[in-house]
Amino acid sequence: MSNALETAHLSKRYGRTWALQDCTLALPAGRVAALVGPNGAGKTTLLNLSVGILEPTAGSVQVLGSSPLKQPTKTLPRLGFVAQDHPLYQDFTVADLLTLGRKLNPGFDDQLARARMQKLGIPLDRRAGKLSGGQQAQVALVLALAKRPELLLLDEPLASLDPLARREFLRTLLDATVETGLTVLLSSHIIGDLERVCDYLIILSASQVQLVGDLQEIGQTHKRLIGPRQNVDAIAHVHTVIEQSQTERQTTLLVRANGPIFDPSWEVQGVSLEDIMLAYLGRQAGEQLAASSSAHKGMEVVQ
Amino acid sequence: MIEFYLDAHSGVAPYLQIVHQVKQALRLGLLEVGDQLPTVREVVAQITVNPNTVLKAYRELEHESLIASRPGRGTFVQRTLASDGLASHAALRRSLVRWLHSASAAGLDSESVLALFLSTFQDTQKEETA
Repeated sequence: MSNALETAHLSKRYGRTWALQDCTLALPAGRVAALVGPNGAGKTTLLNLSVGILEPTAGSVQVLGSSPLKQPTKTLPRLGFVAQDHPLYQDFTVADLLTLGRKLNPGFDDQLARARMQKLGIPLDRRAGKLSGGQQAQVALVLALAKRPELLLLDEPLASLDPLARREFLRTLLDATVETGLTVLLSSHIIGDLERVCDYLIILSASQVQLVGDLQEIGQTHKRLIGPRQNVDAIAHVHTVIEQSQTERQTTLLVRANGPIFDPSWEVQGVSLEDIMLAYLGRQAGEQLAASSSAHKGMEVVQ
Repeated sequence: MIEFYLDAHSGVAPYLQIVHQVKQALRLGLLEVGDQLPTVREVVAQITVNPNTVLKAYRELEHESLIASRPGRGTFVQRTLASDGLASHAALRRSLVRWLHSASAAGLDSESVLALFLSTFQDTQKEETA
């Protein structure tokens, strides 16, 4: 399957600070991917580089097979992007916003947009600034979807929404993916809803990619090992140790298993996705792992 | 038609939860041969879940020949998991309720009831297979 988004050694520096460093990843078409990381991890930078708002300091990014910066006419009409806090022209009515969308985007599906607004109960004559936060987010999403993009990038779409609005927003989004096979990349620091909504995961931390892959595969390959206190070198030769803690008697590891775990001294348990994400998010700069599906022999041990 | 639900804290992958719920409904006779399952889109709207998750669950059930999808028409139950004993479920449930009442009258709390039930269940299974 082709990739909707591909980066190679993508880096962005502001002055002396690297906002994103040596980021290599691929997002296969048709996925709903979560881009997860703490604040300041580089999520927004990656998204802005992907839509050509920013120019990379080094490396490259390909969106739907072309560079968004050098070949904007090939990429931008096929891209949807909703920036952080779903910005809308506050004085425009919803109808005005639809007109604007129609005038600016050749393939804009006005009918679809109106139908969705009606379904959501959003009045067309209401000014954007008078809508609730949840409704504003919905309007921004509907506008982006009406463009009928092949790839939709959403920067922290869930951050300011209450749980109910969050659910409704995700419902609109997922319904669109069923209909069109749209690829979605949404950044979030809220981990909660992601497991049911996403099927692909990208973890960024400290400006670097920590983990990329199929969400379910990630869930299955990560294990918690509990055993008597012991040296972890042997296990670290075969499997990748993500996190470890030692007490006087006990050693607890979170590993990415590169195969079955045979050593009977370990009790092997499954790990929740949330715990996996937190383990990676806790990693500091310099602890970056070879990401993505490319085979990596796990030799690193977190110190 | 069957309605699904997702337990976010169960630790069970969402697609497996859907598989389990279909099987459970087949076992209890809530779904019968020829019944239609909701479309992927309906499930997505119902429980806000990734469409690939639903597809994966349906593929797995199809693989076990429990359901079959007919292009353009929908997905239908092809085989049931209900045992012949389904008819006696009601009577068994009544005697179980009587037993539960006598257990609580004897002062057992719910954890003790479960423990007693499970250990007895396991013992009789061992006897039957022995």
